Amino acid sequence: MSGKRVDHFEVFGLPRRLGLDAAELQRKFYELSRRVHPDFHQGAPPERQAEILDASARLNAAYRALRDPLARIEYLVRLEEGRDTREGATVKPKAPPELLEEMFEIQEALQEAKSGGLEADAKETLSAQRNRLRERYDQEESRLRGPLSQAWDAAGPDERAAALTAFKESLAVRAYLRTVIDDIDEALGGSQEGYVSHRRH
Amino acid sequence: MSRIVGIDLGTTNSLVAYVDDKTGLPRVIPDREGQPLLPSIVSFARDGVLVGAAAKRQLVRRPESTIYSVKRLMGRGFEDVKDELCYLPFKVLPCEGIVKIQVEGREVTPPEVSAIVLKSLKERAEAHFGEPIEKAVVTVPAYFNDSQRQATKDAGRIAGLDVVRIVNEPTAASLAYGLQRIKEGLIAVYDLGGGTFDISILRVKDGIFEVLATNGNTHLGGDDFDRAIVLALLDDIREKHGVYIGRDQEAMQELRLAAEAAKVRLSADDRTALTIPFDGFTYHREITRAELEGLIGRLVDSTLGPCRMALADAGLAPADIDEVVLVGGSTRVPLVRRRVQELFGKTPHSQLNPDEVVALGAAVQAQILAGGITDMLLLDVTPLSLGIETLGGIVSVLIPRNTTIPTSAREMFTTSVDGQHVVDMHVVQGERELAKDCRSLARFELSGIDPMPAGMPKIEVVFLIDANGILNVTATELRSQKAAAIEVKPTYGLSEADVERMVEDSFTYAEADVEARLLIETRNEADTVITHVERALAQGRRLIGDEEHAAILAALTALKDARGSTDRDRIREATTAMNHATEHLAELMMDAALKGALASRRADEIMEK
Repeated sequence: MSGKRVDHFEVFGLPRRLGLDAAELQRKFYELSRRVHPDFHQGAPPERQAEILDASARLNAAYRALRDPLARIEYLVRLEEGRDTREGATVKPKAPPELLEEMFEIQEALQEAKSGGLEADAKETLSAQRNRLRERYDQEESRLRGPLSQAWDAAGPDERAAALTAFKESLAVRAYLRTVIDDIDEALGGSQEGYVSHRRH
Repeated sequence: MSRIVGIDLGTTNSLVAYVDDKTGLPRVIPDREGQPLLPSIVSFARDGVLVGAAAKRQLVRRPESTIYSVKRLMGRGFEDVKDELCYLPFKVLPCEGIVKIQVEGREVTPPEVSAIVLKSLKERAEAHFGEPIEKAVVTVPAYFNDSQRQATKDAGRIAGLDVVRIVNEPTAASLAYGLQRIKEGLIAVYDLGGGTFDISILRVKDGIFEVLATNGNTHLGGDDFDRAIVLALLDDIREKHGVYIGRDQEAMQELRLAAEAAKVRLSADDRTALTIPFDGFTYHREITRAELEGLIGRLVDSTLGPCRMALADAGLAPADIDEVVLVGGSTRVPLVRRRVQELFGKTPHSQLNPDEVVALGAAVQAQILAGGITDMLLLDVTPLSLGIETLGGIVSVLIPRNTTIPTSAREMFTTSVDGQHVVDMHVVQGERELAKDCRSLARFELSGIDPMPAGMPKIEVVFLIDANGILNVTATELRSQKAAAIEVKPTYGLSEADVERMVEDSFTYAEADVEARLLIETRNEADTVITHVERALAQGRRLIGDEEHAAILAALTALKDARGSTDRDRIREATTAMNHATEHLAELMMDAALKGALASRRADEIMEK
């Protein structure tokens, strides 16, 4: 059962590359679904049904991991590090070095919010800081999806370790920003619409 | 492959449907009287069980033994439902994680009550096809959790049905629309039924129905609209007549049914009148659609949050949606339509009967499973994230919400103490960070681990959510490749042994046969008339002369005598005679009530000026 398990890229017959045609992936997903979905194998013997169920579950997990460019990167990092057992990414959040000072301020304001409530102008400051962090967050995602992904796809065998490290650092910053933005949302009472989607797993 | 039917097991009504071999289109099977809907109501009596319309007629007369909206109790614990128990006339008790209902000196579980409804539909299908029906696709709200799905499957088993698939109601509806109307695009299915609300976002392409995201509330529906009206009427009655009838179960059922009927009329009319004869007075008032909307506005608005969340999870904006489909009887309410239209900016579809479309879709899915349709495929999702409790009570998510099912996740476990041979895990479902805020599904105990130093055993646990949205767990000790024994303790639900026993017991709750049922109904109708006449005499004696009074008393005695016999015709004749004898009195009382209502309105008008 364990050991030689096909990875999510292999399920689709793809190499471990991040540049992927989303429409083509969806077409393949539908095609493979027609082949392995349990609905079409109700009359099969129980053993075959168990195999089909397993194949279908793997296909769905693979599609989920690959269809979103960022989830794809997170999966690639886990795969390269031999940690393919967990769905949830476990990257240790890390503050972006250039923002350390500002983060200190924000944490202080958040502490204050917790112990008593914020003055109107403090709220305004925090809200402006949140907007900057969101911008920074979106930048980090664009970097992951764009140049960093391209760097991985172009990397030769000895450049891969460096590309992987770059991903991990960027993911750590992104995770950190996410946590702080969520904390500010909470302190200011409710997140703004449209940003809920970032909470997507 | 044997025939598979599609069943919509609803909060208010249930239906059974199949795909017609000749036309290839799904059809609902009506009952003998041509009624497609079977009210999801079960009335327990000493001499049998009534189901559907027959049970509905018992709501007012025997409120404590007549179970309705049991779907709201399926797979739930006492804590989940205790706040709404004050609205239910029957007695609900906590019982080892689940709830039980006390009726006629017995205790029944929600799956057993649902099983009686399913059995009635099974028999309806068998009468239609002239052959035994053993397999069914049964629908559930998309936002149902694992326990609620399992409870539905258990209900099927108790009814003697192999539930070959649990399908989500909004997705089933999309299949029915897909077969007949919608071939491609992004679809939002807004499903507001009697007790539950779902929103599902789908992509339809090349015969594939891929659910992108789903959200909802398993405790919001038309029942809650009725409740809001009832609460307002209770206040109004107290003000006008100086009495609080909230503790009188029979009166409350009258009031609930009148509120529901008024709500239905207000979907077509701008205003409607309610006239309810109570013990000692007749309550009369008008209610406008605007007033209704004032009462239910907050409830309707509360469906919009889940819609936005589903859209966000699908990575879409409202404007991206090509078609909006309305499902469920409560989408007939104009305010609901207006809010949905405002949110998505387009006129929603409702060409297929919103009461029937889920059953029709279930029939389509049944036909797919039977191999009769091969070009359509439904790819559904799990509505809630699945996780395990880790140190500090934090949830570690293994399968995020909106993952296409079937799906699986693997997790490694080990021991923390030397020689430990048992490992516990607590599986939860929900979106909160702390396990205590999520829905506890089950505690699993992995046992038979060979004694080893702490951290040495490597136990791989596979969590698989099948196409029904139900969790299956298997475990293997990797060093020995031995399957680890797992003991499952479901937090909310019946044990295997419970279900076995209920399957055996189910004949106890068999629906009374036709003759017996008709007798019960005729007797009950006589009882209702007797109660009404006694009430009317107490209230309206002064309106009639002595001769008329004597004639009514004679008819009453004759009816009471007849009621004791088993001669149905005799009871019915005596009932008719009774009705005839009181016709004049009823007219006089109605006039008096209307005059009273007009007088009080005039008084209101004068007061306002």
